[in-house]
Amino acid sequence: MDPLEAIKITFFQECEEQLSELETGLLAMEQGDSDSETINAVFRAVHSIKGGAGAFSLDPLVRFAHVFETTLDDVRAGKLAATNTVVKVMLQAADVLADHVRAARDGGTVEEARSAAQAQTLEALGDPSTASASSVPIFDTPIAPLAPEPQASQDDLMGDMVFTPLTVELSEAPASPVWILKFRAKPSLYAKANDTALLLRELARLGHVELLLDASDLPNLADLDPEGAYLTWVITLTTDRSEADIREVFEFVDGDCDLSLTPRPGEFETDPGPQSAEGPMPFEVAADVLTLIQQAQAITIETPIQPAQRINTSVPQAANTGSAPADSNGAAAAQATIRVDLDRVDRLIDLVGELVINQAMLAQRVAESGVSRSSNIAMGLDDLEHLTRDIQDSVMAIRAQPVKSVFQRMPRLVREVAALTGKQVRLVTEGEGTEVDKTVIECLTDPITHMIRNAIDHGLESTEARVRAGKSPEGMVRLTAAHRSGRIVIEVCDDGKGIDRPLVLQIAIDKGLIDPAASLSDEEIDNLIFMPGFSTASTVSNISGRGVGMDVVKRSIQALGGRITITSRPGLGSTFTLSLPLTLAVLDGMVVSVCEHTLVAPLTAIIESLLPKREDVRAMGPDAHVIAIRDTYTPLIDVGVVLGYRKSPLDPTQGVALLVEGEGGSRAALMVDAIQGQRQVVIKSLEANYRQVESIAAATILGDGRVALILDVDAVVATRRHDKPRHDLKLAAVG
Amino acid sequence: MKIVSKIVLTVDDSRTMRDMLMLALGDAGFTVVQAVDGVHGLEVLDSMDQPDVIITDINMPRMDGFGFIEGVRSSDRHRATPILVLTTESDQTKKEKARAAGATGWIIKPFAPDKLIDAVRRVAA
Repeated sequence: MDPLEAIKITFFQECEEQLSELETGLLAMEQGDSDSETINAVFRAVHSIKGGAGAFSLDPLVRFAHVFETTLDDVRAGKLAATNTVVKVMLQAADVLADHVRAARDGGTVEEARSAAQAQTLEALGDPSTASASSVPIFDTPIAPLAPEPQASQDDLMGDMVFTPLTVELSEAPASPVWILKFRAKPSLYAKANDTALLLRELARLGHVELLLDASDLPNLADLDPEGAYLTWVITLTTDRSEADIREVFEFVDGDCDLSLTPRPGEFETDPGPQSAEGPMPFEVAADVLTLIQQAQAITIETPIQPAQRINTSVPQAANTGSAPADSNGAAAAQATIRVDLDRVDRLIDLVGELVINQAMLAQRVAESGVSRSSNIAMGLDDLEHLTRDIQDSVMAIRAQPVKSVFQRMPRLVREVAALTGKQVRLVTEGEGTEVDKTVIECLTDPITHMIRNAIDHGLESTEARVRAGKSPEGMVRLTAAHRSGRIVIEVCDDGKGIDRPLVLQIAIDKGLIDPAASLSDEEIDNLIFMPGFSTASTVSNISGRGVGMDVVKRSIQALGGRITITSRPGLGSTFTLSLPLTLAVLDGMVVSVCEHTLVAPLTAIIESLLPKREDVRAMGPDAHVIAIRDTYTPLIDVGVVLGYRKSPLDPTQGVALLVEGEGGSRAALMVDAIQGQRQVVIKSLEANYRQVESIAAATILGDGRVALILDVDAVVATRRHDKPRHDLKLAAVG
Repeated sequence: MKIVSKIVLTVDDSRTMRDMLMLALGDAGFTVVQAVDGVHGLEVLDSMDQPDVIITDINMPRMDGFGFIEGVRSSDRHRATPILVLTTESDQTKKEKARAAGATGWIIKPFAPDKLIDAVRRVAA
């Protein structure tokens, strides 16, 4: 990859970190944090984004960041108080800045009017003079030439000067303008590690140089301050370059030297000038300068600059500069992480999956061979099992990422929804560091977004209603993540009014979702909001989710092998609890047998298992059956028939029915021959290794080495509903 | 003549900027040592060969560029090492403050690689 492109990717990654720091800092300020380090961190974040953006010529981003930075600088300097209003505007600005960053990254643009309006609001915060000045950013302004030295001093110096000249003839002088420079360093020049010799070398790059050294101010050795500056140089420079170019050489030493620069007057042209090199001049120094000048004049751009002895300092050059200090502490500490191609990690995870299966197979074979549990072999195998599990956990941890990346998008969402609904909302997040598999993280944003929108829009009351109810006018939404028994549990909790059960019930009845006569428990009523087609508000389509309801959230969570539950206390608020597997590479499954084949049903889809009684099963036509489960008729589907293992369904009393819930909440009872047990299985893609098979989600390898197919519960339920029993499928589970 | 590559220490909290400096300086044949803030910069400086030039950012956590420059200048070993400061604005006050702390010169961000190399060459012996 083009190295610059790689840096650009780094830049955008870094931007995300900085945007997050910016937001964290601003939120802290909103809570009254007035620590100078907080505002400094906020300033740095914007400053860094601007700096990097400038390097990549991301102009709209730079422009906006500059205005933002100016305001922050005012706050930092104490010119602007960080009142609540100011912080609120800056939070909005942070959102616009984030949009700019993302637009620059993804190649889009931010609506100019919005950006400009936000920039104006920012500027209006600051003191008016600053605001107007900053509206003209000053990025690419060329470095201003040095202010000319006061002319008076030049004449004074000229008058008093006694020259002890040294003329250096280096080459034929071209017919170019000739400049006379008079230069005298001050001690402060050397204190800043500038060096007259280097300045002269720079001048020599511009053209032909003749030097006169006036060392008359040099005191006796006894009086000599080793850090003083006593030498004056008069330089005759013949060059085609502009005055600005010449002055640029002295840019860094402005104020640390006396400098005059004049075009050579005509009469100097014929003046032969003194040629003698006598006088109280340290000759060695002159010789060094001479060498330097010669090098500079002979130099070509490609040649690296040769090290030259310094005149006034005797800093020893490091003896072995050729060694590579790049791998010293500095570089190492800066790169504590490495980037690895995701494919390689996935391959490793795959291999570890194989290892786990292989270890299980080996253990089973050993057990079968009748070796005693206390034998060395069995004990060695136990150790191997521990090791394998540790390796599996460690490898999974490579893919694990903190949920922070999802959580940090939420404050913005809360601000936007709060603004739309006119409610005051405070978001509290906990457990941002909780780690979960990368693929799971990617699927979390939408459900959490939806749940938070829902909590603010439906959960929290309006400010007036809260005050009436004796609550704080500011509603609170709490977003937490935690690990619990091998799963990640995410909770969205609000302190609003709770679910209005009579209303929910009424709506469900009005929409024909439930029987008006049905008697439902509180929990069942709460769960009605997950039913497809249920939406309690008619005015909120653009907040709580563009026509989609909680049923969509539930479906997407289930697709990940997760569960969602709700608890609600009237007047006190509701909590949505979302539980997900830590990885999509392993699955909790119910191992069942159907016609001598072993199948795995995802545990998350199973509500309960039951032994059907003859009187509960009713025929619906030649093939179809329903089963009565607590007064509700549910389709009874024979898995063996669906998969084509047998022509006619099993006698229901001879098997076990699994009550499952498929996509969209539709339920069905799946008939299987027997339940073998419950276990964690490593998921193997059938599609990648064989081909896509209807009604089968994936495969796994059991401890005895046999392949077991994992049922796609949704597809099985849907297949039945469309009345397309499959008789063509003759997929046998092979060993 | 044996050409030894010059050593530049870059001190910047932004990974992007460190990478940019590394790319430009590396291409020009310099050996680059990196540090992430002022405190780290002083630590690294203690453990490395004498750098020919130091380039430092101003706005950094823990210790800013001004503090870092003062730290470098207060050490006998490094008081004569040229230091270039990186600054985004041609803001005179910030530049002056850096110079007062002992900065040798400055580089305006964003920099073109040749401008950067030019500035390093100008102050490097």
